[in-house]
Order: sequence, then C-alpha cells, then structure tokens
Amino acid sequence: MSMPLASSGLQTAQVAEDKLVVSIGPQHPGAGHFRFTITVDGDTIVDVAPDPGYVHRGAEKQTEYRTYLQSIPMLERSSLTDVTNIIGPYSLAAEELMGIEIPPRGQYLRMIMSENQRIMSHLYWLGIQGIFLGHSTMFMWPLGDRDIFVDLGQMIGGARITYSYWIPGGVRNDMPESFKPRALKVFDYFETRLKDYERIFFQNPLFLKRTEDVGVLRREDAIKLGVVGPVLRGSDVKSDTRIDEPYCFYKDLDFEVPSYKECDTYARCMVHLVEMRQSMRIIRQCLEKMPLGPVRVKLSPQQRTNPGEAYARVEAARGAMSFHIISDGSTKPYRVRISVPSMRNLIVLKKLLIGSHVADMPAIYWSLDYWPVEADK
Amino acid sequence: MAELVTFEQFVVRILKIVFWILIILPLIILPIFYLAYVLPVEFVCGFNALTCSTHINWAFAINMFNPEQMDPFSSTSMLSQMGLGASGVLFKSSTFPGLTFAAVLSSFVIWYERKLLAKMQYRVGPLYAGRVGGIFQSFADLFKLLFKEIVIPAKADALMFLAPPFAMMALSGALLAIIPIGSTTYIAQSPYSLLIAIAILSFFPMVTLLAGWASNNKFSFIGAIRALYQMISYEIPLLLSVLGVVILTRSLNLSVIAESQTKIWYIAPMILGAVVFYLTAMAELERIPFDLPEADSELVAGWLTEYTSMVFGVLNLAVYIKLYALSALFTILFLGGWLGPPGLPDFVWFLIKTAIVLTIFIIPRGFSPRIRIDQLIGFGWLWLVGLTFVNIFIAFMLSASGLL
Repeated sequence: MSMPLASSGLQTAQVAEDKLVVSIGPQHPGAGHFRFTITVDGDTIVDVAPDPGYVHRGAEKQTEYRTYLQSIPMLERSSLTDVTNIIGPYSLAAEELMGIEIPPRGQYLRMIMSENQRIMSHLYWLGIQGIFLGHSTMFMWPLGDRDIFVDLGQMIGGARITYSYWIPGGVRNDMPESFKPRALKVFDYFETRLKDYERIFFQNPLFLKRTEDVGVLRREDAIKLGVVGPVLRGSDVKSDTRIDEPYCFYKDLDFEVPSYKECDTYARCMVHLVEMRQSMRIIRQCLEKMPLGPVRVKLSPQQRTNPGEAYARVEAARGAMSFHIISDGSTKPYRVRISVPSMRNLIVLKKLLIGSHVADMPAIYWSLDYWPVEADK
Repeated sequence: MAELVTFEQFVVRILKIVFWILIILPLIILPIFYLAYVLPVEFVCGFNALTCSTHINWAFAINMFNPEQMDPFSSTSMLSQMGLGASGVLFKSSTFPGLTFAAVLSSFVIWYERKLLAKMQYRVGPLYAGRVGGIFQSFADLFKLLFKEIVIPAKADALMFLAPPFAMMALSGALLAIIPIGSTTYIAQSPYSLLIAIAILSFFPMVTLLAGWASNNKFSFIGAIRALYQMISYEIPLLLSVLGVVILTRSLNLSVIAESQTKIWYIAPMILGAVVFYLTAMAELERIPFDLPEADSELVAGWLTEYTSMVFGVLNLAVYIKLYALSALFTILFLGGWLGPPGLPDFVWFLIKTAIVLTIFIIPRGFSPRIRIDQLIGFGWLWLVGLTFVNIFIAFMLSASGLL
C-alpha cells in the first residue's frame, strides 16, 4: 500500500502500486500445514505462490529401512483421513513383486474398508468446506456423522483411525458377524442425512452464489494439467481408476462415476456428495456378494520379494494414488516412489486462484481437497 | 511486571491501570454499592426504584449544603437529591437499564446463542459451568480472559491499539442510553433519540477501522477495510428503513414511536422496512451471513486478530451489547416497544419481545454460509435501498389516506 500508515508503519512489501502481499499459513485457519503467498490488488488475487513442504517426513526414504510389513503404520500417517487407500497401492505393488494371490473374501473386505474410508474422508472434507464458507452447521454435522463410519471401521479394523488393515497378503482379520446389520442400518440413516445436507447446504442459495462460476477449471485444462480424482470428475471427465484399471473386484460391481459439466467449485462439491452415495452402494453390493473363506495369505515377517519393479494404482478419496516399488530381492524395498493425488491437484491452485476474489480463496483451495500431510509425504 | 524503560511502556502501564479501573468500577463496585446499600434502604423508605421519573436536580445537589433544606434523617435521600439514588442517573446508566444490566444480559445472550446453535447442530454446547446447562459459561470465559496477559504487538501503535475497546464500549453504552426500555425506565430522553441512535451507529466503522489499522496486521487491516465498506453501504438502507416509521408517527422520539403503536404494531404496515432493518442490522452487527470482517477462514479473525485477553473480551462484550441495543431498537420501531397486556411491568414485555428479536438475529448463524463482499454491496445498494423506497411510499400512502 502506498498510503501513509500508523507511526511504526504497516510492514508491507512494495511489489507495485496498490498491491499487498499476504502470507497465508502455515499457521492460518484456512491453510493447515501449508503456506501460500497471495498478492492482492484490491479484492482480486493477482499472484499466488504455493509453498508446500512444512510436514515432509521422508516417507519414501523411510520405507527403504523397513521390511514390507513394517512400513505400513508409517505410511498410514501420511494421510490420516484416508489410511486404507494410501496402503492400498503399496500392498498391491508389493504383492505383485511377491507374486501372491489374495483370497476373494480378502479382496471384498479391502473394497469395503476402502469405500468406508472414502466416505470418512469426504465427510471430513465436507465439514471443512462448510466452515470455510462460514456455515458452522455444515462443519458440525458431517464431522458428527463421520463418527459412525469411524465406528464401522473400528468394528472391522479394531482401531479408530490407523488400523493398518490392508496389508500385503490380504487383510489383517475377518469382519465380525454384527458388521453387516450395523452397516446397513448406518447406511439407511446416512441416506436421510445426505438429503438433509442437500437441503441445508447444497441447495442453499447463498452456497450456490458462493460456488457457482467460482474457480472454473475447464476440461482441456484439467486433462492438460493432469489433475486426478474428484477435481478431474468435477471438470467433466469421467475418469476413475476403479473403472479404468479395476483392482480388487470393482469390475464385478455396479456403480456410477459422477461428472459435472459446470467445471466450477460447485461441481467439485457435488462430486463429493454423489461419491458418498456410490460408496455406500458399493459396500452394500460387497456385503451381498461376499464369499466365505480365508482373508489372508500368511507371509513371513521377513518376506523376500522377487527382484524387479512393480507399479500399482488405486482410486483414493482424493484421486489416483500410486506406488512404484523397486526391489533388489531383499526383505526391504530398494526404492519406493509415491505419487499422491494432493500434490497433483495442487498444481491447479495457481491457475484457479489468480483472478478470483480473496473471499473465494478458501472455497477454491479446499474444493481441491488438498491435504498437506499427504502431499508432503 | 517488566521494568519501565521507554515512555511508551509508561503509557501502556497507565492505560492498563485506567483500563482495569474502568472495567471494575462500573461492572463490580457500582452494582455492589447499589444492591447492597442503596436499594434496600430505598425500598424500606417506600420508593419504587425502577419506575421513578428521573432528573439530576442540581438545585437539590447545591442545596444539600444548605442545612435547612437537608433531610437530617436519611443519608440515602441525600444521595437521591444528589442524583445518586436508585432513581438517579448514575444508577440508571451504570446498573439497571444501563451498562451492567446490558453486560449481564449480553453474557446470557452469548450463552443462549451457543446453546441454540448447539441444539441446531445436534450438539450439547456449554455444559459444566453452572448447574443448569452451563449457564455461567460466559462468566467462566470472562474470568479466564481476566487472567490472561494483554499482548500488544511490538509494531502496533499502543495508544491507538488500546483505544478501540474503550470507544466500542462507550459507543455501545451511548446506544443503550438513548434507547428506552419502558415508559418510565430510560436513561436519557430526547425528542431526537432515533436520530441520535443512528448517529451513534455511524461511529462504529471508525472504531473498527482504527482497531484494524493500529493492530499493524494485514489480516486486521483487510478486515477493517471490509467492515468499513460493509457498514457504510448498509448505513443508508438502515436510515431509510426507519424513515417509514418516522413518517407514520411524525416523531423522532423513540418513546413516542413506541407509545403510538397502540392500534397496530408497525411491523404489519411496514413489513418491508422491518425486513430491511433486520438485514442491515445483521450487517452492522457483522453476524453470519454478513460476518465478512471476521471471516475466520480468510482473515483469521479480521480486525479482532491481534486483540487478546480482556481487551478482546471488552470488544466482544461491546459487540453483544450492540446486538442487544439493535434488537431493542427493532422492538421499539416495529413491535410496539413495551406495549403489552397489563399484569407485568412494561419493561418485562419489552425484554420478552427483545429476546424474540434476538433469537431471530441469532438463528441464521445455524443455516447460512457467508456472503461475498461484492455480492453484499450489490445486494445492499440494489435491493435494500430499492425496498426502502417502496416502504417509504407505502408509509406516505397510509399517512395521506389517514389510515394510520
């Protein structure tokens, strides 16, 4: 700002006339463990500089010092809202290297847990999106309802968040008898809750005003920039790893992949809503089709793999999550490379924020479902 | 305390002491003085403390020193003659319809808001402080804030930084003073009290700007600029929305406006004015959906970001007193003020109606997202100003046809 200020002076960087540089984060309610600097001209953002890396823990390097099983609890910490799906591709790649076949019941349990995790992650996302738009009820409701899905996960996995359930060789344990009736009851309840969400939030005229034509990511741009997951589907691309490269038994199941032509923040929000319904549909089908039998191939704690490379990809809550493991045949991986959806969606932040209002910044930022811990690994 | 080195630290120290005195004097000592000493004696002497008409009679105060005119038997009647009794202006401004009453009421409003929101969100809300549903949570928060350190940012302008809490409190108190809550229960009476109330309301943006500017923080600054935009563009619809009522009553005196609604409450003919007043008051109060100056996801806490401890508490209290004052103003302008069936004292009817208006002010926080600044200003200038002109036209029609 060029105007004279209070005696000791408002400390501003002189970038140009009438422009103000504001640092958002890493301790900011709208940023999480993530910092970005915005340059504002009046109410318009003219430049954005994302600065990730505050919670980098070297997950890739740490896997090199651990056996295949030991890495699992450590890898889970990278994405606490989405623990099953970050372990998924790691286990698939490791199994490919070990050359083992997973029993069908284990595959179904993996899908149940993965979809349950997707609902939990989307509910968390929805809560934060609600409070970012100033809607405190939409913060409390999803986070309250998320708890019943945490309870469902606890019934199978034993822990509430980090259950290390999906492991190389299958899943850790079978589910209890009481899971199926409980899950069906929860889904019936949650279907009515989703209608409440729509009425109070998604059909709220002020919500539409705040999100429609805000942060538009055109189809061509989305494909060119290589975004994944709900952001890609919100930009009118029907792309989903569960359909394109089916793993587990997703090809036997009947579910829809939502996509929206609007390409704006509203479309990205709606994708999350529809995906929660579809996840419940998938779990219902899994519970119907599930055969009896073993759930796990017992592996040695010091399991050796065949030398070589393996690549696996699953559809995590935020998009395609992939692992590339290089093995030299020992008990530990030689090199692990993780590609997380958060990092791939962060690329468009700069494109979407430039030219938008300051007030739209939280809504656009969170509609990308960026999770700093996952991105920094 | 740290050693005083610079003049600035000296000023800060003095300001802190003055601050505590100003907090403690009206909030604790005066009420205790009145409740424990003056009121019991006056009730014994047969005064009805709450409904006495009041004036500071300085003639009495001067004559007090004349031994012939002094009542030798009662020290409280001496206080009354000085204007310090329960019917005096000091009692009224400090204790009953004034600051302490409003502060206690506001702390209950905060509790009520939290409980109401918790009910809407399937939560419990405050629970442990006090026996019934955490009713003393606000007081617990108050004591917590009292024991916190007052942090003044290193590069802030200390004097200007500490001025806004005082100014906000003073303005809220001034707003209270001008609003009567019963036919005889008021602090100050003026033939232009509505105009004075609106004039006081237009001071708030300046204080907000001062707070944001002196904090020397970019978020505070952006928040203050937003508050300035918002309050100034909503002042005009606010002023225009009460004009309909003024045309019908031909008076700017709030007491006269309230008393003239014996036939019909003005919310019926002036429904447009009431809606516009409600929306603009929400914007003036920075409540959701108009809480852009404090938008916590974008601006941390807006212009309040750097305020800590009881300084923050005082600012917050002032905002809630303003909320109470605007609800009271709504009640007077559109809901007949203290008019109601006989049986209860008039100010009780007034408080019941004000509580209902307060609830309506609070509820949108449960179901509404925040609006954006350009949408807010467009809405204000395009729709609200337009609606007020329709309202004024209706008022002229009713007035000319002699219906009201």
